[in-house]
Amino acid sequence: MNQFIQQLINGLSLGSIYALIALGYTMVYGVLRFINFAHGDIFMLGAYVGLYAGRTLSSRMHTGPSVLLAICVLAISMIVCAIVGVVIERLAYAPLRNRPRLTVLITAIGVSLFLEYGGQQFLGAGPENFPAILPRYEVLHTATLSITSNQLIVLTVTVALLIALTFIVLKTKLGTAMRALSFNPTAASLMGINNNVVISFTFGLGSALAAAAGILWAVNYPSINPLMGLLPGIKAFVAAVLGGIGNIPGAALGGLILGVTETLVVGYSDRLHIPPSYRDAVAFVVLIVILLFKPSGLLGKAGSEKV
Amino acid sequence: MRIAPSKIYLLVFIVGAFVVSYFVPMDQYVREIVLTIGINIILAVSLNLVNGFTGQFSLGHAGFMAIGAYFSAAVTTFWAPRLFGSSVDLTGGVVAPLVFLCALLGGALLAAVAGLVIGIPSLRLRGDYLAIATLGFGEIIRVIIQNTEAVGGSRGFTVTYPYTTLFWGYFFAAITIYVVANLVNSAYGRGFLAVRDDEVAAESIGVNTTKYKVIAFVLAAFFAGIAGGLYAHFKQYLHPDGFNFLKSIEVVVMVIMGGMGSNFGVITAAIFLSVLPEILRFIPQLYERAAGIPLPHLIDDLLKNRMLIYALLLIALMLTRPQGIFGGGWRPAFLFKKKAASADGTIA
Repeated sequence: MNQFIQQLINGLSLGSIYALIALGYTMVYGVLRFINFAHGDIFMLGAYVGLYAGRTLSSRMHTGPSVLLAICVLAISMIVCAIVGVVIERLAYAPLRNRPRLTVLITAIGVSLFLEYGGQQFLGAGPENFPAILPRYEVLHTATLSITSNQLIVLTVTVALLIALTFIVLKTKLGTAMRALSFNPTAASLMGINNNVVISFTFGLGSALAAAAGILWAVNYPSINPLMGLLPGIKAFVAAVLGGIGNIPGAALGGLILGVTETLVVGYSDRLHIPPSYRDAVAFVVLIVILLFKPSGLLGKAGSEKV
Repeated sequence: MRIAPSKIYLLVFIVGAFVVSYFVPMDQYVREIVLTIGINIILAVSLNLVNGFTGQFSLGHAGFMAIGAYFSAAVTTFWAPRLFGSSVDLTGGVVAPLVFLCALLGGALLAAVAGLVIGIPSLRLRGDYLAIATLGFGEIIRVIIQNTEAVGGSRGFTVTYPYTTLFWGYFFAAITIYVVANLVNSAYGRGFLAVRDDEVAAESIGVNTTKYKVIAFVLAAFFAGIAGGLYAHFKQYLHPDGFNFLKSIEVVVMVIMGGMGSNFGVITAAIFLSVLPEILRFIPQLYERAAGIPLPHLIDDLLKNRMLIYALLLIALMLTRPQGIFGGGWRPAFLFKKKAASADGTIA
């Protein structure tokens, strides 16, 4: 039983990171109907900004790991990545508005490769050690159960960001505009909504969440490299599809389910007779199963194709 | 008797490959580049059948290549010596090419079966969903190989016999081009093009779109398997990471750059992108000779970062010429006298 609780907590903390990334995919899909392939690399960028911010700040402020430092690093990384996200959208995707979706998808793959290998070029190809920005201690420690403060912080930050996001989407003017745009872009612009502003805002918001996910990831798994965004990015996409792409609560739910599933498969690998090295295949199997049986996702609405 | 011009091309190409392979002296370096070009042509032309002519966006080509590579390598390295014992010389003679051919065909057939297994369910999906699903399948294949100890798992797999010669490489390249080009101009080809141009309309007039999609997928997987087998017996070392999603992207870049649906363009792009790293390798030397000072480190590094160049190529192409350099119906007039369906599906 303890083992199960342990796996569940590990899974939830991994899943909440997937959820944060998945939100960006889902929001962009909601307004633009395309898969922002480069989203996973914004996650990587977030971790790198955190790395440099953490190093600089802790030497300037002469502090060791502290909550204040962590909040500063998180804020800086989220702001920088939001700007990067908006710039990428302006430069690479905005000129392709109204082009076939495949064209935009290919561009997104190009942007993704550009960030990864540009990252190798300018940030160094080797792994970097993420500085400790948070004091780390064990909240609970028994023979079979161990919960660290980091895992709880990941969960708390995710919940806080989710509440903030829900507030933005449901209660603010821009959030309402975002929802209007995802219903019908033409009608939205006829109602006086500046679609370009809303799209930029969506990219900024999604990128900030990805940056937060990057920091949380790096706090838990402190070795970061320019290609680290690839797999979490694809898995988060799977999470978004699982929850119903375009659906914000769905993305969060999908992320948690995927994280828990992955951790459970690995944790019980001997009992399931699946080697733990199949970890990365779990997400893809989930994706293919969900696409085959319920392509609209758990919380998504099935739409009919307009001819 | 009148022989179709495409058959003459095929024959000339194969004879040419034979002559060049066995009678033209070539140093090892050039030979390797030329062979890489041949293998990349097979990959790009076969992927063009799915991505270009049928309009489905597959990101899992490297997975099929991996199946062909590993299966054929297992045949020649493990099973053939056991079957023939030590009495038969497997390095040359009559038996070696036969074993090689059987291994290649076996690998290609297995890849085709995988294409069928993957194709039937995933071809219900469209556009970007299909892209992600094929990517997922490709990665699953890689993870499975990585966990199969019999073929070395994550340690890699050393292939014993270097069977792949220039002749074999270009023999199969010629056959791939021949099959794909002729298929596209056949009744089946009309089916592929119909699926690409408007799937709903095609379905509504009774075209079995799933059938055409699966056929395209299976054939592409078959040739990718052949390319994998050739690659295995050329490099003599296989590693699952060599068949990851970036390898698929590499082939996709060839298809997109050449112009989806243009065989000529895709072949040109495959040649260009195979030679590009070698050209880039020479630029620093040329610069140093011309300017007297070495190229700045940053630019030197940039030139070595092949994937970064691919990335910029992709973005630039999509922003300026999304149909690819030779896409949108352009084809060299001197090669084709007869007017045929152009890449955008209209009769030129």
